Order: sequence, then structure tokens, then C-alpha cells
Amino acid sequence: MMGLTQPVIHGTAAVWAAFQLHPPTASSIADNVDKLYYFLTGITLFFTILIFSIIFVFMIKYRRRSEDEIPEGTHTSMALELTWTIIPSLICVVIFIWASALYVRNARPPAASTEMFVVGKQWMWHIQHPEGPREIDELHVPVNVPIKMTMTSQDVIHDFYIPAFRVKKDVLPGRYTSLWFEANKIGTYHLFCAQYCGTNHSQMIGWVYVMSDADYAAWLAGGEKAESMAQQGERLFSQFGCNTCHTGDATGTGPSLAGLYGKPEKLQNGQTRVVDETFIRDAILAPSTVHVPGYAAGMPTFAGQVNEDQVLQLIAYVKSLGAQERTNAK
Amino acid sequence: MSDLAVHEHEANPTGFAHQFEDLEQQHDAGRLGMWIFLATEILFFGGMFTSYTIYRSLHPAAFDIGSHLLEVKFGATNTAVLICSSLTMALSIHSAQTGKRKGTIIGWLIFTMLLGATFLFLKFRFEWYHDWLEHIMPGFGFVYRPEWGANGPQVQMFMCFYFFLTGLHALHMIVGLGILTVLVIMAARGRFTTQYYVPLEISGLYWHFVDIVWIFLFPLLYLIGGRYSTGGH
Amino acid sequence: MSTATADIHEVPAESRVHYLNARYGIKSWLLTLDHKRIGLLYLGTITFMFLIGGIAATLMRLNLIEPQGALVEPETYNKLFSTHGIVMVFFFLVPSIPATLGNFLIPLMIGARDVAFPKLNLMSWYIFVTGCCCMLYAVMTGGVDTGWTFYTPYSSTYAHTSVLLAALGIFIAGFSSILTGLNFIVTIHKMRAPGMTWFRLPLFIWSMYATSMIFVLGTPVIAVTLLLLGLERILHVGIFDPALGGDPLLFQHLFWFYSHPAVYIMILPGMGVVSELIPAFSRKRIFGYSFVAFSSLAIAVISFVVWGHHMFVTGQSVYAGLVFSVLSFLVAIPSAIKVFNWTATLYKGSISYQAPMLYALGFIGLFTMGGLTGLFLASLATDVHLNGTYFIVAHFHYIMVGGAVMAYLGGIHYWWPKITGRLYPDLWARFSALVIFVGFNLTFFPQFVLGYLGMPRRYAMYPAEFQSLNVLSSAGASVLAVGYVIPLVYLIWSLKYGPPAGPNPWKAKGLEWTIQSPPPTENFEETPIVTEEAYNYPTVGGVSV
Repeated sequence: MMGLTQPVIHGTAAVWAAFQLHPPTASSIADNVDKLYYFLTGITLFFTILIFSIIFVFMIKYRRRSEDEIPEGTHTSMALELTWTIIPSLICVVIFIWASALYVRNARPPAASTEMFVVGKQWMWHIQHPEGPREIDELHVPVNVPIKMTMTSQDVIHDFYIPAFRVKKDVLPGRYTSLWFEANKIGTYHLFCAQYCGTNHSQMIGWVYVMSDADYAAWLAGGEKAESMAQQGERLFSQFGCNTCHTGDATGTGPSLAGLYGKPEKLQNGQTRVVDETFIRDAILAPSTVHVPGYAAGMPTFAGQVNEDQVLQLIAYVKSLGAQERTNAK
Repeated sequence: MSDLAVHEHEANPTGFAHQFEDLEQQHDAGRLGMWIFLATEILFFGGMFTSYTIYRSLHPAAFDIGSHLLEVKFGATNTAVLICSSLTMALSIHSAQTGKRKGTIIGWLIFTMLLGATFLFLKFRFEWYHDWLEHIMPGFGFVYRPEWGANGPQVQMFMCFYFFLTGLHALHMIVGLGILTVLVIMAARGRFTTQYYVPLEISGLYWHFVDIVWIFLFPLLYLIGGRYSTGGH
Repeated sequence: MSTATADIHEVPAESRVHYLNARYGIKSWLLTLDHKRIGLLYLGTITFMFLIGGIAATLMRLNLIEPQGALVEPETYNKLFSTHGIVMVFFFLVPSIPATLGNFLIPLMIGARDVAFPKLNLMSWYIFVTGCCCMLYAVMTGGVDTGWTFYTPYSSTYAHTSVLLAALGIFIAGFSSILTGLNFIVTIHKMRAPGMTWFRLPLFIWSMYATSMIFVLGTPVIAVTLLLLGLERILHVGIFDPALGGDPLLFQHLFWFYSHPAVYIMILPGMGVVSELIPAFSRKRIFGYSFVAFSSLAIAVISFVVWGHHMFVTGQSVYAGLVFSVLSFLVAIPSAIKVFNWTATLYKGSISYQAPMLYALGFIGLFTMGGLTGLFLASLATDVHLNGTYFIVAHFHYIMVGGAVMAYLGGIHYWWPKITGRLYPDLWARFSALVIFVGFNLTFFPQFVLGYLGMPRRYAMYPAEFQSLNVLSSAGASVLAVGYVIPLVYLIWSLKYGPPAGPNPWKAKGLEWTIQSPPPTENFEETPIVTEEAYNYPTVGGVSV
């Protein structure tokens, strides 16, 4: 829980034995990010050494030999000025294109990603698997499977950071952010909160366990028999009485939710919004902001009654409806 | 030597300061200083206008409701009052430039102050005070009304911006009244001549700036929400 | 530089009236309108604040020797780094060079008797001291634990510490910045001596001008941001709190709109100082004067449109990320131009290695590293990994400490004889420059590696494998601390025992060196008339252009 799962290191020798210059690389993008990192390190070293050695040579060569020495004049040279304006600019262009291309590629999760859900709260990570298991400050993932984390915070801003995967994203209250990774090396890796979040910020850390498919399946099966997230959501759906209005047919006072996920909705206020996680979240917590014409505006807010974990379960349920009846809805 | 210089400085009726070469340079410095100060002010209000704009685009419905809580008749009257006060301010500078009697300068200045005071009186007595009575002053017993539905917090946010923006504007007005008081005293002592009216001029710049801020505030706060559009509510 | 450039004869400081002995007594200082004395008032104030911030840093580094924290609880550690950040940024670095050296030198360098508005100048100092008192009071009444960035909703809703007082302190000190900037801009525009055209101005003045622009245009935005934060905290209304419809990211946008340019408030004056030191100790006109001058303005302008690079991992859109990334690369170019021009100035010079020059050369080296490591953070893909880690901490300390503080110390050493009329022991000064350079690199270089390994910043405790690098860093910090104490000792010593400096101990060019040290209260007996370019050092076989 507090980073103590690994043995605490004692003594000077042991401290130096643990000396490392390179973090573990355990995701599909880590090597690419590292390549850019090494390129940048190369550029930095080249120019630092260049400037230092020029200064050093000039320091020796042109040192003042007598108090009334008069140095030789030099002229400002336009060619020189342009050279050291244009060459750094070109280098910057190369870096920009390289870094941005990589970033854009890394920003989009593959379509076939497995979704997992994160709720950050002072000072722990709640993680839910779609199959149902929930864990705190631990994340078990299968190797070589793209995984998309959908994240939100219950209080302040946190940041979900797995150095070995080279991924990081702020976790904000009141909205969903996401990141994805595909772990490619079995092992145990750090999970950090990288946005200062209060007193125990430095203890909001945990472990990511990358497992083989078989081990992961065994781990999923091994825990207490839990319902899937969608099933948990379905239970909440009736527990909070959502199904009295959203009956799923024409008799309900609320719209049917089947096949809704991913569909653009025209709202009362004239906006058109695609029904995504944030849309469903708004519909539960601030219904008037996503009021759809043709239905009564009477839906009460559930803010304060459901927590962020439950909202995610409800979203999973609504999404599961979409998955079932997408063809009918069209 | 230096004592003499100090004496000279204090006795100097033109207000010439020792660090300058001549009065011309001193006046230029004063004008430039005020323009730069106004640049600062623009960024100051700019930060608030930006925040307002972003939240209005996020919560259009709530901001419409909030805007309808304000009394356009007071806002409009106050707009007229301020525009008039800019005119009287300009006239006071004009009378100094053209060498009118000091009574004329003082007259226009006091007229300006009265208009400024009218603005503040209307603002506090008939707007803020009533808002407080009606429990729509954030932080001072703000009550969500049922007809706002789930928009309550965002309506409160609008009111928050309303009080913040108009409050800071009113603070600038009060500072302006203080400056005008000093100008009246200076005028009464006969300090202003056709050669020397820079304090009037740069105070005028400030006063006009504060007016212009209101010209932006009035439509942004009072006139949104399709209140006067043909196809509106 | 002026027609009266002929060597002026030294008059012993004791036997004539100058700004330090013109009047005595505490009142003569607290009510002074003399820009030189006001500069010294600032010098005393910010040195005190530097000590406060330095003590906080020392305690932090001590705590980080052990993975579980060697000294304090996380709660206290959080207050330490917040105090360190707030005090060092807002109460030391932002006013450091402008308020001390800027105040002292701008009128001297442009040939004026004072700044345009001396009363406003004194008022700025009182405002600044009020801000300092607020901050110190906040530290004494429980401290503040939000970090210097005050991110919402933590600062507005969740923190239980003296957030309001600290924010109020920064808000108040901000007005001091604005008024100082306003004063400088007007002074530089309107008070230049006859013949002192824009392109004859020393480059320090250009950098002060660019800095003042940021003061005037950036500071009001942080003021309004802190007001909104205070409003939310006091009245519990939703402005940044998402639970009430607010947007916590808006705070970050507004905050960085000021705070990124504020980085250039810290480094531009340093660049100005170095642009004075390099020619003076190479006895040569600076290479590419106009390029160095305009790059200052370019930096000031571009600095206002790069704030989004602090927010690459907040979930802002990919397109916003791309735009801010390309703009951030753009701001690197003028900095590179400056570094190359400084280096080229050394070519064929007559270089002496007195202490100020060592600081200046140290500045170039450390600033180059700080600037280049900025490329890692402007690059979107690597920023994702490095954002919020010790890499950031190392990077901005290379800029703010390796850059700004080195330049500040270099400037203090260079103009100390002018300010006090006394020389300090040069050997000790060179020694301290060396100690600071070594101590600095030892402290902050390991932090680049720590960041790449993934250690997040603002951690009171950390996994054990990061210990070796942390111990190295803490060891370096103790060297650095010694390096900072040495100048404090010999500079104070020199006030009483230092040999008289004479008007121009470095044989440097510039109007400030044409008058006695310490300067007379009125600066110039008669207004100088400028007929030469800046840095017009005599050369053999060719004219400096």
C-alpha cells in the first residue's frame, strides 16, 4: 500500500546497488518515447559541450595578458546570426514533428481496448474492472492487451502516472479523462500520483501487476465472486428507481436508454452532444443540462446520492444496453 | 545648496519635480504613466471578462436566468449617468485648457462627482441592497429558487460574477471620486492654467476608462439571454 | 560613453557628499525618494526573504535523505516546499534584479537624476514589504501547503492552511511589481539623457524594458485569479469547484498566463546583467547588439502565448497541445541567439576572470542546460512522461537558480563597488562562484535522472530505489548553501574594511562608471550628453560595429 511491498534498503552499499539511470520499459510506447528522449539528450549534450568547450578555448586563448591590452575588433556578422538562428530552428522543427507525431499516435486508444475505470480520492486509487473485481492502490492487467483507463476524481486533481509505461494523465473532479497503454513485459511496476493533492500525496502510490493471460484469468476468477460492472450498474438502476421512468419502452416518462451510447443527441438548449461517459454522468448528476426535447423536465439530480464509483457502474450499464441493441436502434 | 533646492521645489507652484529636465518632459511622463496603468487595468478586467465568457458558454441557460434577475432600468439609467459624467469630465479639462475661471473647472468637476455618486447610490441602494433582501447575493444567504431547477449553483456563479465585476467597477468609481476630490482642491488653489492641466487630463483618462468598463459590463450582465431578441422567450 | 568619458579623478568617499552619507538616520532611509537608496531597501528585504526560502529548501533536502522522510511529517514537508516556492518565486526572484539593480542602475545608465516617479517607487517598496509581512504571517500561523501553484479545487476547498493570507501576500506584492514596471517603462521612454538613443542603450536597459512589459501586462491577471480564488474560499461559491459548475482548469489557464511570463521576469533581467558583464570583462562591444536587444522583446512577447505547455497532461485537446508545443519551441530560439552572441563576444577579446565574469560564464553554461532541457518538456511525447516529476524541478532550477540567481550574484559583484564604493576580496568571490557552480550541479543534475526514473515532485516520501540520487542531491545542496553564505560574509565585511573602489575599478564603459562611487545623490552634476554606442571599448584594427 505504501510502497513497502518491496524490501526497504538499508546501508550505504545497498543504496548504491540500487542506483539506476533508466526506468523499466514495459509498454508498447515506452521504447519510442525513450528513443526521442535519447535524441533530445544527445542534442542537449552536443550543444552543452559545444558551448562549454568554445567558452573554455576562448577563456584560455584570449585571456588578458596585460592590464592595458587592447583587443582586436570583430564585426557582427549577419551570416553568423542567421546561421545560429536557422539551425536551432530547424532542429526544433524536427523535434516538434517527431514528438507531436508520437504524441498524437499515443493519444488515441486502439478500438479493441479493454476498459478499466479509476476513481482517485485523497489519498488512494479505486480501480474497477469491467468483469467486476475492484481493487485499491493495485492494478492487475494482462500482458499484450491494450487497456483504456477512464478516470475521474472524487475530490481534488490527481494524476495517474505509471513511469514504466511512460503514461500520465491528470484525474479531474467532475469530468472523465482517459489514457491507454499496452503492457508488454510481465512484472511489477510503480503507480504514482503525480499531481500534488494534499497531505499524503506521496503515499497515494501503488503497484501495477502485469500478468500473463492465464494468470490474469486466474486472478479474475480467484477473488470473491463479483458481478460485472454492468450488472452492478443494473442493480443500482433499479435501486435508485431509474427504471420507473426509463422503462425502455413508450410507456416511460423518460427516454429509453437502449442504444443511446455513442449517439448524437439534440438537446433542449439547441446544442448537439454525443452521448459519452461525460454525457451520462451529467444526465445523472445535472439532468437539466442535457434535457432532451419531447420529455418532461422533471428528472431529479442524483448528486450526493451516488458516488463516483457508482456513477461509473451506471455508465457501464447504459453502455451495455447500447451494445445489446445498437442494431435495433438504427 | 540642496536645502535651497528643496525649498524651491516646495514653493514651486507648477509642481515641477527635480528629476525632470523640464515641465514638458514631466507632463509626457505623467501621460505615458497613466496609459501604461490603463494597460494594466485592461488586463485586470480582461482576466475577469475571459472567465465570465468561458462560464457563460458552459452554462448558457443558467446565465440567462441570472441575467433576468437584474433590473435593466437601473443598469440603463446608470449607463446614461456615466456617459454624462464622462462629458462633464471632458468639459472640466476643456475649461482648464481654454483658461476659464477656476469656478468653471470646479463646477464641472463637482458635477462629475455628483453623477458618479448617483451611479453608486443607484447601484448600492436599489440593486445590491434589493439583491441582498431577495437572497441572491452569493455568500450572504443565497437561496436557490425552485424555478431554476438544477441550475442553482450556476445561477449563483453568475451572480458571483455580477457582484465581483460590478463591485470592482464600483471600487474604481470610489477611487475616481477620491481623485476628483483632490482635483477640486487643486483647482480651488488655482493650480491649473492653460499651461498646466496634466493632472486633470490623466485623471480624465482614468475616469473615461472606468466608464468604458461599464459600457462592456452593462450588455454582458444585463442584456443577455434573448431579453430583447424578436424570437426570444 | 559621454563626452566626459575622460578618466574622472577619484575623490575619497569620506571627503565628499554622496547618496549614502548625504543624510543619516533611519528616517532618511524610510522616507528616501532616491532610487539608489530604494534599491538598497529592496536588497535588504529580498536577502531576508531569500534566507527564509533557503531555510525551507535546506529542511526539505534534509528530509529527503531518507525514503521515509528523515526529519518531518509529510504535512510539514508540504508546507516547506510551498513556502520555499512562494517565497523564492514571488518574494525573491521576481523582484530580485529589477527591484535592486534595476532601481539602482536604470537612472544611472540612461543619464537621469532619478526614475520618473520617485514617490511611486518608494510606495512600491512599502507595498512589497506589506506583501512580505502577509506571507511571513501566513508561514508563522500554520503555513500554507498548496504549493506555489495554488491549484484548485485543493487550494479553494480542501486545504486547511493559511491559503488566503499567502494569496493576499502575493496579491499585494503584485502591485509593487506593476508600479515598478510602470515606473521603469516611463523612465526608459522619457528620461534618457540627450544623445542616448534606443540603440545606444545598454542591453541591461533593454532587458529591464522587456521585463517591465511583462510586469505591467501579466501581473494583473494573477491578481484577478487570486481574487477569484479568495472569493471561492471565503464565500464558498462555485468558480473553480466542479461540484458547483466551476472549471478547475480555468484556474490553471489564468495562473500560467501570468506564471509562465513570470519565468521570463526572472530570467530576462539575468540575461541583461550577463550582457553587461561579458563585454566589460572581455573589453569588447557585445556581438550582435540588436539581435540580443530584440531577442529580449521577442521573448517577452512570445512568453504570453506558451502557458498551455504546463497543461499537456491535464486532458486539454490534442490540437491545443500541438499549438502550445510549437509556440514553446519558438520561445527557445531567441534564447539560443543570446547564448551564441555572448559566446561570440568572447572571441578575440581581452578576457579577465574576476568574480563577476565567473558568475556570468557560469550563467551561460547553466542557462544553456536549463534551456535545452526545456526542449524535453516542449516536446509533447516526452513531456507526458516527465511532467510533474523531478525532471521539471531540475529544469526550472537550472533556469531560475543556475540562470537568474547566478546572474543576480554576478550583477551584485559587478556593481558592488559602485553601490558601496568598496572592493570585496576578489579571491574569495571567485572561490564562492566556483563553490556555487559545483554545489548547484551536484544538487540539481541528479534530479534530471530522478525525474526520468519517474520520481514525482512534491513527495515527502519516496520508494527506496531513488535514495542514492536523493542523497547526492542533498549533499550538493549543502555545498550550495555554503556557497551562498560566503558572499554574504565578505560583502558585509567589505562595507567596513574593503579598500576604496574608485569610480571605475573594472575600466568598464557605461554612464554609471563615469561618476564617483558611491554616486552623488543627484547622480550627475550636469546632464551627460551621449555621443557613442554602448560598450565602445577601444579595439585594434577595426571598428566595433
